[in-house]
Amino acid sequence: MNASMTGSDAAVAGERSRAASPTAAPRRNLRAAGAVVFWLALVTLPLWLTHVGGYTALGTKILVYGIAALALNLLLGFTGGLSFGHAAWFGLGAYGAGMTLKYLAPSTPLAILVGTVVGGIAATVLGPLVMRRRGIYFAMITIAIGQLFYFIAVRWNNVTGGEDGLAGFERAPIHIGPWVYDVQNETKYYYLVLVCFAVAVVIMKLLLASPLGHTWVAIRENRRRLQFLGVRIDLYIWAAFAISGTLTALAGTLNAMLFNFTSPQDLHWILSGNFVIMCVLGGMRKFWGPLIGVAIFVVAQDYLSSVTDNWMTAIGMLFVLIVLLFPKGLLGMLGRRGKEAA
Amino acid sequence: MTAGAATPGAASGGGRDGLLRLDGVCRHFGRLQAVQDVSFGMREGELRAVIGPNGAGKTTFFNLITGFVPPTAGDIWFGGENIRDESVVRRVRRGIVRTFQITEIFPDLSVYENTRVAVETAAGLNGRAWLTSARRREVAERVDELLVTVALADKAHRLVGELAHGDQRVVEIALALAMNPRLLLLDEPTAGMGDRETEHMVELVRRLHAERGLSILFIEHDMGIVFGIAQRIMVLDQGRFLAEGTPDEISANEKVRAAYLGEAA
Repeated sequence: MNASMTGSDAAVAGERSRAASPTAAPRRNLRAAGAVVFWLALVTLPLWLTHVGGYTALGTKILVYGIAALALNLLLGFTGGLSFGHAAWFGLGAYGAGMTLKYLAPSTPLAILVGTVVGGIAATVLGPLVMRRRGIYFAMITIAIGQLFYFIAVRWNNVTGGEDGLAGFERAPIHIGPWVYDVQNETKYYYLVLVCFAVAVVIMKLLLASPLGHTWVAIRENRRRLQFLGVRIDLYIWAAFAISGTLTALAGTLNAMLFNFTSPQDLHWILSGNFVIMCVLGGMRKFWGPLIGVAIFVVAQDYLSSVTDNWMTAIGMLFVLIVLLFPKGLLGMLGRRGKEAA
Repeated sequence: MTAGAATPGAASGGGRDGLLRLDGVCRHFGRLQAVQDVSFGMREGELRAVIGPNGAGKTTFFNLITGFVPPTAGDIWFGGENIRDESVVRRVRRGIVRTFQITEIFPDLSVYENTRVAVETAAGLNGRAWLTSARRREVAERVDELLVTVALADKAHRLVGELAHGDQRVVEIALALAMNPRLLLLDEPTAGMGDRETEHMVELVRRLHAERGLSILFIEHDMGIVFGIAQRIMVLDQGRFLAEGTPDEISANEKVRAAYLGEAA
């Protein structure tokens, strides 16, 4: 770093930041309290969700889709790249995990690892195809990539099960030394997913607080200005794309094992679109926005699809309403800005 | 096309081993000669203004120095090396940093976050997913230092998009300073500002030059400012080099009066 800082400058700067702290402290306490409540609620979810009309697997599904939507939002909300193809990474993760369990070995950790790595490598390799595209072209190419994998899954019948989907595998108990953690139990699987969710959240939070994350947000804000500072923005869009795709693949592996089934629908652009809707519903500028969107989407889908076949119509109307009334998403209305990113 | 025969020595400053030197630089857009055969030299630590009537080629002149447009003829020397064919990014790394006439910032980020992106870029940290706490403190200190320098420390956590125009231009300067410039180019730093804002900006430019010995080249329309702070002034007219000298020499120059100052009077 440039060492031109003088002692008096440092003293003034220090004084300013101290002067700013009294107002910041209560807000920080509130935030910490909110975090404690949030994680406590997730840890105790299997205890209370049934009492409010839900079931544990619903909570698991929210967390699984939550990982995917938060990961998509790294690219969508923080870097400013509209991907309509994230189902590709989700589906690759799902097929990777399912095939590992079916053809390779009955190991849950291995399934998670293989699916995540396969999806991550695909996103990393295909990233250069999209990293130079802007706006609508970016979206179109991501759709095309997504549909490519969809058609492969449909056509490659004897391996993927084609249109019928891939079945005939199930998540296997995890052996840790003499201990056995039986994830076939729904509650135990929930906790496995919760651990993955927490790991994914920590990774994303750390990234967003790092220079890489700052660069992403700056790309979203004004890519031209950043270029003029001498930043090769393509590389950082690529990084966002690869990391986002990898974490989405992780969600895909967990989804396949939640239902012990995966199908080409997990690769379809409609799912990609749903991920985008979840982000927009909850608020793309906020770290937690997409999770709110996921919760609304998954719960509404679960409830409405038991009432009517046209549940998508209701979701659509909800989407239109929220976009009209809360253009920044539900969480976006609570605060002025996505301070979590800072 | 006219290849613009170089006329070395036509401009003063050309012979000095300076920070920046242009030799017979031309740039045309189709048939329009935006800059014609301009030679010019600038020393380290100079505070220099570029003036000229509208359409004189001042902005093209800046774009040539910063690499936004390549010259159709001539050479551009910086620190003794010919940088004529170098990209904008290469020149930024060399220390040729500019601000923009139309404010170019990150509107939805705070003043602090804007400056931090530039500081991290200058330190080559963009790709880092992790910083040691010592490194993070260095970045924070550098940001604080810059905000104190441009007197925006009290607005550090305001969103830049919500600041007054004058303050936004100051944020631009902070971004430029973060890149550790050897030569700072300011494109109409006071454009669109009120009196107080203008005063603040002029004071800042003067201070950067006096206290840090920064080499500054600026385009400015306000003759009060130009003759108030510039050590030397260069005049362009219709893409051609017209005159160069101290403020006194320029205000006494008949050609300049005819082409430019007379027009304003």
